[in-house]
Amino acid sequence: MKLKGSVWKFGDHIDTDLIIPARFLNVSDKDELAKNCFSDLRPDFAMKAKSGGIIVAGENFGCGSSREHAPIAIKAAGIGCVIARSFARIFYRNAFNIGLPILEASMEQDFIEEGDRITVDLASGEIRNEANGKAIKAMPLPPFMRAMLECGGLVPYIKQQARDSK
Amino acid sequence: MSMTITEKILAAHAGKSSVCPGELVQVQVDLALANDITAPLAIEVFHQLGANRVFDREKVALVPDHFVPNKDIPSAQQAKIMEEFAYQYDIKHYFRVGEAGIEHVILPEKGLVVPGDLVIGADSHTCTYGAMGAFSAGVGSTDLGAIMVTGQTWLKVPEAIKVVYEGKPGPWIGGKDLILFTIGRLGVQGARYKTLEFTGSAVTDLHMDDRFTMANMAVEAGAKNGIFEPDDQLRSYLAGRTDREGVYWKSDLDAQYDEVVEIDVGEVEPQVACPHSPDNVLPISSMDTVPLNQVFIGSCTNGRMKDLRAAADILKGRKAAKKTRLIVIPGSPAIYKEAMKEGIFEILLDAGAVIGPPSCGPCLGGHLGILAKGEKALSTTNRNFIGRMGHSESEVYLAGPAVAAASAVLGRIGGPEEL
Repeated sequence: MKLKGSVWKFGDHIDTDLIIPARFLNVSDKDELAKNCFSDLRPDFAMKAKSGGIIVAGENFGCGSSREHAPIAIKAAGIGCVIARSFARIFYRNAFNIGLPILEASMEQDFIEEGDRITVDLASGEIRNEANGKAIKAMPLPPFMRAMLECGGLVPYIKQQARDSK
Repeated sequence: MSMTITEKILAAHAGKSSVCPGELVQVQVDLALANDITAPLAIEVFHQLGANRVFDREKVALVPDHFVPNKDIPSAQQAKIMEEFAYQYDIKHYFRVGEAGIEHVILPEKGLVVPGDLVIGADSHTCTYGAMGAFSAGVGSTDLGAIMVTGQTWLKVPEAIKVVYEGKPGPWIGGKDLILFTIGRLGVQGARYKTLEFTGSAVTDLHMDDRFTMANMAVEAGAKNGIFEPDDQLRSYLAGRTDREGVYWKSDLDAQYDEVVEIDVGEVEPQVACPHSPDNVLPISSMDTVPLNQVFIGSCTNGRMKDLRAAADILKGRKAAKKTRLIVIPGSPAIYKEAMKEGIFEILLDAGAVIGPPSCGPCLGGHLGILAKGEKALSTTNRNFIGRMGHSESEVYLAGPAVAAASAVLGRIGGPEEL
């Protein structure tokens, strides 16, 4: 599973209120949520992310509330993958459950800059920056996690397993 | 093998004699919880899984508290999804508006959690029940939807940090000051994925309401759960609320901790967390002059009787400053009634406060007290992220109820000793 895209770069401790402010949680439709993704922090995000992209962030991405609306909004906005130095634990579970690929990678602050084109291989964990030719290895995802992501999350994964076992 | 309280609870619910940090375990859930924001997505998952019953109608709690009484048509639709589900599947612990309060206030109050329980909720502040010697942690809606079907989930056994509180607290010091001080020390990811175990002689004397406040904010240091050793005070709290006995686990003396943090509570001043992070903490004496547009007293962190009493003690015979709005929201109908009977409402109303219906209120910036651009608020809630209580250019300062009440009177951030 390889992903390509240009980078949206964020800092440390990006909380779920920044990802999707609570005032927009009166709906659970993913496309409605996507419209307001990062609306306070980067008002142009929802418009421009549609063409795809990869989020690269620092420590503790997704801290704060348990709202699954946060990874749902990011995925529905068009983002293919989130790479961060670390993730808050509830966000980490939620992302896999709803089928948003995420990778933990220890990387230097300047390894990837805003707008760089990067390639991510979830199987090997390789993150390659096409802009400067450099590559690093993140912790690769085990096969069952990749299968869950390829299905689109936990629910379709469980359903497929049920079909396969019949 | 020596274990912490948390490890013992997880082992018991995984059907194992012992567990160790890092181990993945499948556990039985004693209580599964969701609210009007997280339940609709969990219910969608429930239906997608093709389920036609919940695993146990007495072990699911659904509480409308975030955007209720319904604030607009979309939130009314969300609340309706939860309500219809609750009636269709005969959920015993569904609380309609009027019975409901803030989820983490009413579940303990109604005796739905006992020590040794394993509680999973689709709300990050589910960690509150650690005050009752239970393991409790937040998850998202998909995990919760699956738990409603199976009654089980998987967890990684967390490593633990022991926080030892010793000494005698000064006047006006409550659980909020201790936990803000602790988060300031650890940082917002200092306990990421870990257990925070609150111990020491100063904790033994702490009122249950202070313990709820502290366990509630464990997640603000990134923790998976926060936990207190269940004791006689908890036993008295539970008397008359439930017939379930619970298990009073203790950590073994030689249990393993990743880190031990020692805090002399005698040196802790009233604390304030400045924008925009709960670990950006200063003692009240170091605060600059911050004029306030609004003070909010309430929430799953500080919406209980002891909090209201602390505020009323300070507000008695005083008035909120001319330019400062004071909003008070009791955490449950029972607290609402008690505060009314004790005369606290009269004190609050005389002070110029508005008293809201039991709910999350303005804490998450969706309802009942949202901030305009450039406004500053002091709040007894748990998060002060950018835009948390309203406009992205508003600011939230976090503190306990005593500082909140004093600040309302002063019209700027200040402590009770200034009055």
